[in-house]
Amino acid sequence: MDLLYNIFINPFVQMVAAPDLLVQTLWEGLVGGVLYALIALGFVLIFKASGVFNFAQGIMVVFGALTLVGLYTILTRIGLTNVHAAAFAALALTIGVMFLLAVTVERMVLRPLVNQPDIILFMATFGLTYLLIGFGEVIFGGEPKIMITEALYLPKGSYDIKMLGGFVSLQKIDIAAAIIASVMVAGLAVFFSVTRIGRALRAVADSHKAALSVGISLEQIWVIVWFASGLVALVTGIMWAARSDVSFALQIIALRALPVLILGGFTSIPGAIVGGLIIGIGEKLGEFYWGPLLGSGIESWLAYFIALVFLLFRPQGLFGEKIIERV
Amino acid sequence: MRARSDAEIAAGQVLLAVESISLSFGGIKALTEVSFDIKKGEVRAIIGPNGAGKTSMLNVINGFYKPQHGRIMFKGLSHAAMEPHEAASSGIARTFQNVALFKSMTTLDNIMAGRTLKMHRSFFWQLLRHGPAMREEIEHRKRVEEIIDFLEIPHIRRIPVGRLPYGLQKRVELGRALAMEPDLLLLDEPMAGMNLEEKEDMSRFVIDVNNHFGTTIALIEHDMGVVMDLSDRVVVLDYGRKIADGTPDEVKRDRAVIDAYLGVAH
Repeated sequence: MDLLYNIFINPFVQMVAAPDLLVQTLWEGLVGGVLYALIALGFVLIFKASGVFNFAQGIMVVFGALTLVGLYTILTRIGLTNVHAAAFAALALTIGVMFLLAVTVERMVLRPLVNQPDIILFMATFGLTYLLIGFGEVIFGGEPKIMITEALYLPKGSYDIKMLGGFVSLQKIDIAAAIIASVMVAGLAVFFSVTRIGRALRAVADSHKAALSVGISLEQIWVIVWFASGLVALVTGIMWAARSDVSFALQIIALRALPVLILGGFTSIPGAIVGGLIIGIGEKLGEFYWGPLLGSGIESWLAYFIALVFLLFRPQGLFGEKIIERV
Repeated sequence: MRARSDAEIAAGQVLLAVESISLSFGGIKALTEVSFDIKKGEVRAIIGPNGAGKTSMLNVINGFYKPQHGRIMFKGLSHAAMEPHEAASSGIARTFQNVALFKSMTTLDNIMAGRTLKMHRSFFWQLLRHGPAMREEIEHRKRVEEIIDFLEIPHIRRIPVGRLPYGLQKRVELGRALAMEPDLLLLDEPMAGMNLEEKEDMSRFVIDVNNHFGTTIALIEHDMGVVMDLSDRVVVLDYGRKIADGTPDEVKRDRAVIDAYLGVAH
């Protein structure tokens, strides 16, 4: 009886008894969820346009952040004394690097492997992962680095808001992350729905054959989606690293985004967003209210558990397309 | 019914010529030494029993397949093979046997996608959604609306094509090809799987496209009534070889053609 009480009643009693803590937990979940959504979005962009599950998405997050910090260090060392100028120059250069990465991947990986089975392309992204790790370590060094938050004008500190008979503390960097991520997602959504290139991207996602027949160049589209998901990875890297630091351990967060993909469906952008929020908030609520029952640490597996339960009922994900094959 | 007399066609200018095209997949020969031409303004039918290589021929013309031997002449330029992108930008549009549409997109977006090559504003203007990119979008939208009216499908403008019945999907696909304003339109069984009324509608559109826009058309079709009515000249393939070439009447009387269709006792 005690166990049942602790599972089904007590957490809700606590939620009502200390609403400020509930709001705090929800907020932290929301911020985590937004970042998950961004990572999932990176996966979805590439999967939709080329059918490739990009295992390297996680390392692209690290690689973006690492390149930014590395270039910043180099720029300040060679005499750019204004930290803000150095930071934004480094940011512009990093965007350039992400573009080069997209072009290289298209030339060296996708183009030679066109029409190969999906598993081959998937393995190729594995290779890409370790290549990027090695490349990053050789050039910028493997030790953890601190994100140049201040130089990029990202806010520090927190707002403590008095509400519901207690305090809710909102980190300013989290607010910034939520705003930047939302703007980015909205921008991508508009771009996809109304521009010629956006239309071409959706066309390629639906049918390669038909897209080719109207003269859409698959190569160009692949470069664009890899670049877009590189940019998404860079933004995610900056935001995530601002809360901890820049290290290769960060790539694990890509695996944390897998449940988001299962939940949202591999082909749906709204799915990635909603899935990200559900997983982010679910994790924090689970950890805070149910975690103590199981000796804590449930945050690391709860997301997978939610996804697994979900798979039983909706294998195609929340917004994914149901695949019906005619026999 | 036909806009041009046989004499006019015979004297016409060659738009496309395939010259001894051979294509094989591993050990399987899909096409062997096939040659024929398509003249400007005509409706050219490609017929033959199942597996004769008709679709392979269209795939060679628009660059999906690269033939091992032979050349393709289009608008006076000779190619060993075309890239799909190259074929599209030089004025070849096509539809597919099993309908290849962008299923999650609306009718409007599908047909707008056909104008991809005609739109040139750069990425950055498009991001801004202002000035030149916006004007360009509006101008092309106008052309697309004309095509939608022409095909009598304004009522399905905003519907994702995946939800449309098959006959309408075929019509949208034709619309997308027309949006490319092609010089040569390849139609792969445009009437397959349609009922009589839909077939009549589609035939009417094919004739109108040929007459009003002067578009040259190559079409694969199994319905002999349709082929005889629509086409100026017919090429017949069987087991990847050309067995006859001529006006519908000539082809209809050809011994080899009758044998290929009905089978022959050896």
